[in-house]
Amino acid sequence: MYLAISLLVTVAIASVVGTVLQQNEPYQNYIIKFGPFWHEVFLTLGLYDVYSAGWFLFILTFLVVSTSVCIYRNAPTMVRDMNHFRLDMQADRMRLMKHHLEVETHDPANAEQTIRQLLRRKGYRLRSRDSEGQRVIAAKKGALNRLGYLFTHLAIVIICVGGLVDGNIALKLKELSGQIQPETRDIPASEVPEISWLPKENPSFRGNVNVPEGGSASLVFLQLRDGYLVQPLPFRIALKDFRVEHYESGQPKSFESDLVVFDETEAEPLEATIAVNHPLIYKGHAIYQASFQDGGSLLDINAWSLNYETVEQQQFATAVFQNMEVETSRGKLTLEVDDFRLFNINPAEEGSGKRFQNYGPNFKFKLRNAQGEAREYENYMTPVKLEGRWFYLSGMRSQVSDPFFYLHIPADPNQSLDRFMNFNALLRNEPEIRKVAEQATAETFVAMGVSDDKMRAEVIDTMARLVNLFATDGFNGIVSHVETHVPEERRMQVMDAYMKVLRNVLSAAYAEVLTREGVDLSADVSEQDAVFYDDAINAMASLPAYGSPFFLQLKNFEHVQASGLQIAKAPGKGVVYFGFFLICAGVFMMFYIHPRRIWVMFNPNNDRTTVLLAGSGDRNLREFEQDFERLKQQIARDLKQP
Amino acid sequence: MSVTQDELAQHFDDRPFLKRLNWFDWVWALLTLVGSGFAYSKYNSLMDGYEIGILFGSAIALIGWGWSWKAVRGYSLAVALISLFAIWQYGDDLARGEQAFFLKYLVSSQSAIMWMSALYVLATVTYFIHTFSRSEFVGKVASSMTWVATVMGLVGLMVRWRESYLISHDVGHIPVSNLYEVFILFAVITALLYLYYEGKYRTRAMGGFVLLVISAAVGFLLWYTFDRGAHEIAPLVPALQSYWMKIHVPANFIGYGAFALAAMVGVAHLLRSGQEKKGKEGFWVKALPPIEMLDDVMYKSIALGFAFFTVATILGALWAAEAWGGYWSWDPKETWALIVWLNYAAWLHMRLTKGWRGTPMAWWAIVGLFVTLFAFLGVNMFLSGLHSYGEL
Ligand code: HEM
Repeated sequence: MYLAISLLVTVAIASVVGTVLQQNEPYQNYIIKFGPFWHEVFLTLGLYDVYSAGWFLFILTFLVVSTSVCIYRNAPTMVRDMNHFRLDMQADRMRLMKHHLEVETHDPANAEQTIRQLLRRKGYRLRSRDSEGQRVIAAKKGALNRLGYLFTHLAIVIICVGGLVDGNIALKLKELSGQIQPETRDIPASEVPEISWLPKENPSFRGNVNVPEGGSASLVFLQLRDGYLVQPLPFRIALKDFRVEHYESGQPKSFESDLVVFDETEAEPLEATIAVNHPLIYKGHAIYQASFQDGGSLLDINAWSLNYETVEQQQFATAVFQNMEVETSRGKLTLEVDDFRLFNINPAEEGSGKRFQNYGPNFKFKLRNAQGEAREYENYMTPVKLEGRWFYLSGMRSQVSDPFFYLHIPADPNQSLDRFMNFNALLRNEPEIRKVAEQATAETFVAMGVSDDKMRAEVIDTMARLVNLFATDGFNGIVSHVETHVPEERRMQVMDAYMKVLRNVLSAAYAEVLTREGVDLSADVSEQDAVFYDDAINAMASLPAYGSPFFLQLKNFEHVQASGLQIAKAPGKGVVYFGFFLICAGVFMMFYIHPRRIWVMFNPNNDRTTVLLAGSGDRNLREFEQDFERLKQQIARDLKQP
Repeated sequence: MSVTQDELAQHFDDRPFLKRLNWFDWVWALLTLVGSGFAYSKYNSLMDGYEIGILFGSAIALIGWGWSWKAVRGYSLAVALISLFAIWQYGDDLARGEQAFFLKYLVSSQSAIMWMSALYVLATVTYFIHTFSRSEFVGKVASSMTWVATVMGLVGLMVRWRESYLISHDVGHIPVSNLYEVFILFAVITALLYLYYEGKYRTRAMGGFVLLVISAAVGFLLWYTFDRGAHEIAPLVPALQSYWMKIHVPANFIGYGAFALAAMVGVAHLLRSGQEKKGKEGFWVKALPPIEMLDDVMYKSIALGFAFFTVATILGALWAAEAWGGYWSWDPKETWALIVWLNYAAWLHMRLTKGWRGTPMAWWAIVGLFVTLFAFLGVNMFLSGLHSYGEL
């Protein structure tokens, strides 16, 4: 018996391992976490897949065996015990019981009657037997308690066996015997070698597959430690449509897939919609809505060059998971589109009243240069309102581990990029800038009443140079220029001077952009346009760090989603569920039905009869004692009457 | 073992069960039926067969419960009346929670829960004063405080349920969907279990100890409210939109509550048996009930907890089979449920088959609470898994 208890505890402790150590991760992660040495140790101990590790299953089996033995040992006696009244009770054994009472009466008939009544009312079943003038009444109740014990333990065995059937034991054996071997490379199923395929008639498995809208799948992948196995299905599942619904707060409300199941053995394909918590059960296969991702959405992209003298645009069509070569001012770059998201729910700004704000569609991509170095970007399709202004957002990072740093390009009054791009191009166009500079200087020199052409030419050169520095390296460009060309002590004032000059020419250039746009500047520059100027300058200042030769604007998209299906076959399920039922019934019977026995023995000796009363009810003493107490008092009362 | 007089008196009432019921039993049963009948007549258009079954099933279960534990009648009436009052005050405008006097200060879910919290803490103190002073009166006060707190707690949940629907129909859901809500459930259930044993065993000496865990839970609840704003009602993620949640979670918390109670009785047990071992008539020996009774309460509540925890874990498995594609995935939460279960199975074996009693079992019950606590909190805090609610 102590064995059973220690087994229970052992299993408990063993189970802890698998919860503190993330199970079935790629081995790389483990090596990084624990180092190669411990990785080896843990691996050989099977700690990465504890619950199908040999030693764990061994303990479980041990548990099951000992329980079965226990049942085998106890069941017969218990069953006999259940409907056996033990009429052969002996007086001396009764006197040894904790609860017993011995009295004498003149009127045994009456006493017996009251006793019988009382016991019946308390729900005892009675039998009586007379032998050599002595009468024994045996009463018992709560026999089902023993059945409860049997149910509970039987259930344990049944559940474990059923679980074993559904667990990947068979698979494990196949692997040990080298019949199968997980595939670790990331290759299309068609290229996976025979050895990583499981038989179609595999009785139990649990695998995943992603099906894009309009696509279909007739196999699933089983994760196995650092690799996967391919499990062909007896039918083909097509995904007609996948839907995500949102609460107005923006959190996801439901994921649904409209499936069509094609099965040669059926005349008609079966149509069904599954959702989280609402799987489709088809011929012993349960099909679940497990996850979702992009299924290769089609994107029309407009690339605005960022470092040409004139606004250049380049249209191209691509799709998620597609790579394409693009000619840029920095040579060939590979554009790798990784993802497209229709909704981007972010925490709303303070004081906006809402908790969430939908930034609208965006797409993620990498730009990889000839050397293979890549930067990752995340561009939003439509302007996002921040602090009351509208921005085209583009996130950039050079390490996947880093957070995105965002470029905020202000959108012009008609929500387009035109103004910013014009401004940006103008600053890179030296002849144009010189024109602007000439005008600006003309005005200021006239205003100051100076006419020194040489000096003016210098100023113009300076302006052009500063703008060029700014356009190529942002404010840093100017700082470093000063640091290289100006002696320490004069830097401060030169810097101030340069900044003044730069601001002059920049605002002049901006004014130029506005006039070309046809904005009337005879009156003062509008608040909105002024704010735009500041935002534009900030954006341009961070362009060098942005590091992309162009800004990719998502013009148009066709959203294609993929639904992550999990398909499982568990023939043991019925058995296990039966076990569940048994154990529930059993446990309650065991705890809430209390076995109690009471014996009454009448020993006539000449005119008197001694009544011997004894009983046992160890499982629930309190209640039993109440019954017994009751009997005693009743009898005592009866015997008082002469 | 001691059997009190009036316990016997009640036990000796030889009339059949139904004959023993008084007019209040019948009125209360009638009200319960009328209430559920009304709910049916109002909402049957929205209910499927299961729900109708569940409605009347639970009505009958409630009646049975109230007949076998009389205190339930008054309790359920109080909860029902106050909740209905609050709902009526709300009408269909959530904003009234801030305007209407009664809601703002008394029966909006937030206020009700604050009242619950305050009263539980006060009750804890009062129970200990009772233990030290042995004043019957103080004891009565402590019990009433606990009762009122427990009413307010359940009212809080009921009203919160309604509030979630007032936010918007698709947000509405039963308030057992995150750590904040289940902590309230935990406090209420543990208190009810305790109050049951207090009535059954006619002693308030264990009250302080049991209320101590409840107060701890309340402490967490307050931190969680004010530090994390956890009281905000959030809509359900798809994984939680299931009927199973409605029964799986409460069943679980009957288990947790009972285990917690057993552990605290275990503490009392250790205090007394410790002094008894020293052989001196120490304070606890005088103040606390006899060891057999503490043993008995410990066993009964672990047995109860175990039974419900078994059911809860199985319900969880059934749910998992529907949500995750397998009745058992060795997900950390599942696994820890199994660990808790095995631990108490071992405990019960020790007692039932080896007849162990006393100090070791008390210690074990206390350790059991920590195991349970980890299954219930630790997993969410330290381990990652499929369970999608209650990340801390
Ligand atoms: C993993 C689950 C379980 C295992 C492995 C297990 C195993 C065992 C074993 C091996 C015995 C000893 C039988 C003998 O040799 O005399 C036993 C006895 C017993 N078990 Fe369990 N058991 C389990 C669950 C339970 C549960 C959930 C309960 C309910 C509390 C329970 C109650 C009992 C009782 C009352 C006995 C004594 C029966 C008697 O009167 O002899 N068991 N169990």
